[in-house]
Amino acid sequence: MFRKLLIANRGEIACRIIRTARRLGIATVAIHSDADRRALHVREADEALHVGPSPAAESYIDLARVMAAVRASGADAVHPGYGFLSENPAFAEALAAEGVAFVGPPAAAIRVMGDKITSKRIAAAAGVSTVPGHTGPITDADKAARIAAGIGYPVMLKASAGGGGKGMRIAWNDDEARAGFAAAGREAAASFGDDRIFIEKYVTRPRHIEIQVLADMHGNCIHLGERECSIQRRNQKVVEEAPSPFLDDDTRRAMGAQAVALARAVGYASAGTVEFIVDDARNFYFLEMNTRLQVEHPVTELVTGLDLVEQMIRIAAGERLAFAQDDIRLDGWAMESRVYAEDPLRGFLPSTGRLSRYRPPPEGSHDGRKVRNDTGAFEGGEISRFYDPMIAKLCTWAPDRAGAIEAMADALDGFEIEGIGHNLPFLSALMEHPRFRAGRLTTAFIAEEWPDGFHGTDPAGDALHRLVAAAAVLHRIAEIRRARISGRIDHHERHVGCDWVAVIGRAEYPLVLKADPDGTDVHIAGGDVLRVEGEWQPGRTLARLVVGGVPLVVKVEPLTGGFRLRWRGADLAIRLYTPRQAELARLMPVKAPPDASRQLRCPMPGLLVDLHVAEGDRVEAGQALATVAAMKMENVLRAERPARIARLAATLGQTLAVDEVILEFGAE
Amino acid sequence: MDVMSELAARRAAARLGGGAARIAAQHARGKLTARERLDLLLDEGSLEEFDMFVTHRAGDFGMNANRPAGDGVVTGRGTINGRQVYVFAQDFTVFGGSLSETHAQKICKVMDMAMRVGAPLVGLNDSGGARIQEGVASLAGYAEVFQRNVLASGVIPQISVIMGPCAGGAVYSPAMTDFIYMVRDTSYMFVTGPDVVRTVTNERVSAEELGGAATHTGRSSVADAAFDNDVETLAEVRRLFDFLPLSNRDPVPQRPFFDDPARGEDSLDTLIPDSPSQPYDMKELIVKLADEGDFCELQRDFAANIVTGFIRLEGSSVGVVANQPLVLAGCLDIDASRKAARFVRFCDAFSIPILTLVDVPGFLPGTAQEYGGIIKHGAKLLFAYGEATVPKVTLITRKAYGGAYDVMASKHLRGDVNYAWPTAEIAVMGAKGAVEILYRSELDDPAKIAARTADYEERFANPFVAAERGFIDDVIQPHSTRRRICRAFASLRGKRLENPWKKHDNIPL
Repeated sequence: MFRKLLIANRGEIACRIIRTARRLGIATVAIHSDADRRALHVREADEALHVGPSPAAESYIDLARVMAAVRASGADAVHPGYGFLSENPAFAEALAAEGVAFVGPPAAAIRVMGDKITSKRIAAAAGVSTVPGHTGPITDADKAARIAAGIGYPVMLKASAGGGGKGMRIAWNDDEARAGFAAAGREAAASFGDDRIFIEKYVTRPRHIEIQVLADMHGNCIHLGERECSIQRRNQKVVEEAPSPFLDDDTRRAMGAQAVALARAVGYASAGTVEFIVDDARNFYFLEMNTRLQVEHPVTELVTGLDLVEQMIRIAAGERLAFAQDDIRLDGWAMESRVYAEDPLRGFLPSTGRLSRYRPPPEGSHDGRKVRNDTGAFEGGEISRFYDPMIAKLCTWAPDRAGAIEAMADALDGFEIEGIGHNLPFLSALMEHPRFRAGRLTTAFIAEEWPDGFHGTDPAGDALHRLVAAAAVLHRIAEIRRARISGRIDHHERHVGCDWVAVIGRAEYPLVLKADPDGTDVHIAGGDVLRVEGEWQPGRTLARLVVGGVPLVVKVEPLTGGFRLRWRGADLAIRLYTPRQAELARLMPVKAPPDASRQLRCPMPGLLVDLHVAEGDRVEAGQALATVAAMKMENVLRAERPARIARLAATLGQTLAVDEVILEFGAE
Repeated sequence: MDVMSELAARRAAARLGGGAARIAAQHARGKLTARERLDLLLDEGSLEEFDMFVTHRAGDFGMNANRPAGDGVVTGRGTINGRQVYVFAQDFTVFGGSLSETHAQKICKVMDMAMRVGAPLVGLNDSGGARIQEGVASLAGYAEVFQRNVLASGVIPQISVIMGPCAGGAVYSPAMTDFIYMVRDTSYMFVTGPDVVRTVTNERVSAEELGGAATHTGRSSVADAAFDNDVETLAEVRRLFDFLPLSNRDPVPQRPFFDDPARGEDSLDTLIPDSPSQPYDMKELIVKLADEGDFCELQRDFAANIVTGFIRLEGSSVGVVANQPLVLAGCLDIDASRKAARFVRFCDAFSIPILTLVDVPGFLPGTAQEYGGIIKHGAKLLFAYGEATVPKVTLITRKAYGGAYDVMASKHLRGDVNYAWPTAEIAVMGAKGAVEILYRSELDDPAKIAARTADYEERFANPFVAAERGFIDDVIQPHSTRRRICRAFASLRGKRLENPWKKHDNIPL
């Protein structure tokens, strides 16, 4: 076994690899860029080496610098993680030349699978199902229809030189194939000056399902079942699960067999992933093979009980697989949510900066469910603009899919992240979505279900009543504490009453609270009685309650006269008024949003060092607009409200006086 | 009519103020009536009204025909979370809330009572101004109120809430109170209104621009905070009230708290960025030190390069003054000095301990500052800290340069406990500036200058030079800051310190 392992990566995957190495008794070496000096992986490794400036191209991807670190560290093995140098065959070769083991497949396998055309050719030769198609020249519409019928409808007619959706047609029959051929050809000629068209099978309602394979250097190769990764946003995976809710045993076996055949064909040895696209009739077609550890490998670990990093290390050390295909049992269901520093309410704009609060839900087994959180983040840490904006991979396991989803929804409710925008509300909304719960997934799921973007969820019915009841109980606790301040007039204390009105926007929910030592019965006008139990004290940002018999984990933030509650993707401001206060609050006018037609003026004399927006851009409240350096400090000026940038009035490098106009906002 | 039924009738009439039509008009403006506002300000049912039957005594201009009970102001006492408070609320539905001789007398009566028993005064202002029909008697009424504001200053906390117009001489009563809260869009304060401005200066300006909440919280600093409507504003007044002692004879209030005074905050170990030119949000430190993360900020929108407000530590109020590196690098300028000085003096007057968080690169240079009198304004903050006898705990997080180091509650200004983080740099100035002065002759040799700069940083960019002299009591770990600061204030509970007897000081106004 290896003595010392260098992890040529950063973030959560570096931390995750360090954990396994430590368990195996292998010393660990982290590498880091300037921006990662204080990163978690640096702190967790036994030693750490600096490899360069913050941009990945000058540090983590710079082969020469990483190799220098490998030499300096005296490591006898290197794990590349994913991304960066993990699928660079030159890296594997450089390590081999130095006699250092690469914890990954042979360079040759990386090279052939890294090429889209070669990989498809090899896959087809190995008997792997590829998307049927015709790449030869097609001279006329009738020939196109004949070829299309041969492939089987529906088909996609695509411009050879195509891209961006231009010169593409879907055909469901011969007539459409003929018409589509002509139209796509014209469009292609106009757009690319090249009217060549090819035809391939159009995969309807495609799902992304991939097979995890594991091969050693002694000719043993097995698969560990599949992961479904159909929940994607712009080709970025968001939620993954194992197994797939769609595959039957036969399909699984067939896909597994093909994946293993492909791995064998390229002499694979390590953990790898064969990606397939699967249509609604369970036809599957090879997409590509990823010759590295996948981001979403934890879901496979949760259902197989294996540690894939450990297996990769053992394989790289020359060990034989300690189990055969028949030993692999898929047990239960696992989900992974990728928690990104992207604000779904601002069009998934990446958000970087300091994590002023970062409290993941507790990990471990509880009530027959498991929670696992792979992360490189920590409270007080930074989400850097130089790298992938992933904060954490939150995984849950339960005996069945519904349980894993429920566990995920609970875990997301208990996950606290402040200081930067993040997609927790969106992930929560996904877990609540009936179509997701039913497992009716395609790679277009997010685009289809949220065509206009994500704007939060609006709880209704029982869920809303539970939140209202919870808010009322929290408010009463806070009010009773307020009434216990020192300096009161004895015998004339304030009595905190039982009648309250919860107000959300203009909607009112009259309530009567009956408290006893174990909890509070909240009578909601209209007949509903919800019992609220659980411990909460003023200042706690998370309330773990049971409301009406249902556990409720809710994020709590005090507001004037009430609370902001966040739960399952909903973000509510709930005010609690006495009946008299409610009566008066009703008289308050609804205010129109403030006028956005304003200017951004320089608040201090300084130098304009950065303009983060261009004319015509739409900006959201809090978005960075310009950076002004003054007193040798950089000050980021941010938008106070959503607006459109009408005009840039200042130029980069300009020296600005106080109140000098930097840019002008237009109407939304 | 027997007395009982007359009483009932008179009460009913008084409660109706200016009548149903005027109440409806008040509501249509998005404003509540005086009595409705008191319902929101005070604990339910705690209002005891005084002088409900007082009427004006004017006879000119047909005034004798109209003598509404209460004369346009509701006065009395009540409680906020069980603690006593004296209140007046001007009633815009009666003569536009205008101030008459008797209206003023009612206000003076509650002010006198508040002073006698040692309880704060909260005034809800919504008045068209002087009652012109009464002439000089109305002006005299204002002055009677002003005189009491002056005498009450530093004896009982006085809070003004501007909930409608407040113009002309009327502004000077709130101006002399400790805190002013305003309601957005429905409140205005100005000495002369838009019409007069236009006549005299040809300047066209709306009431909102001239004296609205945004103007006074952001530009003039007359107001301490503004909120969206009457309901929210009065709830925030209750919140502020809970931080304040009842009088200068009373201790700061104590409230049960649910936060461990020894709570560690590992994230503070990374609050100070690697690069000295990168800013960070000082409010994160304030919120993480405070009990339950509760920070009641005042003057948020004015001179944001310094942060002022109240927190609680172990349930007990503490005033916080902190440089804000996010704005103007946290430097001291005229506005920041004035803002912080007034806050420090309030805390000292009412025995509220002061926590000072320091990251200050110096005073802001420039002609605007010098012509504006930064010398005298900066001196206000220096003076305020120097005279303050309340417990003073200071923490230097990063820069403490030059005269600004002295000003920010340094040991030399009787700081009781002065801490520094390991990242503190206490020096006359930053390394670059210092080297440029000390080694002027070597300026054309960048290599030499770089070496000199590195030397200077090595020698001075740390807390130890100051610690060796005892100017810093200890260098503390950021993650243990709450524990250390709570303990420091706890140790200072018995502090007794008196300044030499004087009639009063002569702060550079």
